[in-house]
Amino acid sequence: MDATRTYVRPMRGWWRHNPYYRAYIVREMSALFVALYALVLLTGLFRLSQGRAAYDGWRAGLATPWAVAFHVIAFAFIAYHAWTWFAVMPKTLPFVRVGGRRVDDRTIITAGAVAAVCAELVLFALVWWTRP
Amino acid sequence: MKRSNKPIFWSLFGAGGTLAALVGPMLVLITGVLVPLGLLLPADTMSFERMRAFAQNGFGKATIFVVITLLLFHGFHRLYHCLHDFGVHVGPGLKAAFHGCAIAGTAATVFLLARIA
Repeated sequence: MDATRTYVRPMRGWWRHNPYYRAYIVREMSALFVALYALVLLTGLFRLSQGRAAYDGWRAGLATPWAVAFHVIAFAFIAYHAWTWFAVMPKTLPFVRVGGRRVDDRTIITAGAVAAVCAELVLFALVWWTRP
Repeated sequence: MKRSNKPIFWSLFGAGGTLAALVGPMLVLITGVLVPLGLLLPADTMSFERMRAFAQNGFGKATIFVVITLLLFHGFHRLYHCLHDFGVHVGPGLKAAFHGCAIAGTAATVFLLARIA
């Protein structure tokens, strides 16, 4: 007698068949760019600790087309992460109550998005004002 | 019952995700595009002298530490959970490997910041 063979649904490419799953995978893959970017910064810190020549080598590497292309892609993924992070905030936060009423989901998402835009602009302004 | 370590890693994931959502895109744009190309901001914004002074200063050290470590914990935690989506069966070994990368990165950051006195 043959051993029982049960059907196992293949996993390959499951996320490509549905736009919702595709968006999910793109969102999760933003983590790859977050981690790689952190490693780029960590490498910079390492080169900084080694002295001027090493650090300038790291900076020259950042100015190459490949490095700039990587950062442009990382920017797109991390910006998408930022949007999704606030879009799920009504579900990830405990219920927020103001004056005994639950704050509307849309208000929470908008507040998060506005806070993020302000934080990005403040960061740019700080770097701009202290530029050499 | 043994206490779960999930709240620790989840909190670090959450903190890193919030940091990445608030300032991540602009940080990548500044350090990866604008400054290297000298667009809007001069290339010397990240000169050796300025970055060394930043890494020597207490506020600068704290900023570098928070940014690198929280982004690492966020990234590796999320990637670890992604393995399942691609059909990889995870166990304690892979969990230790992914979180271990973030912990090793944290240790390296502390060591390097201490070395740039």
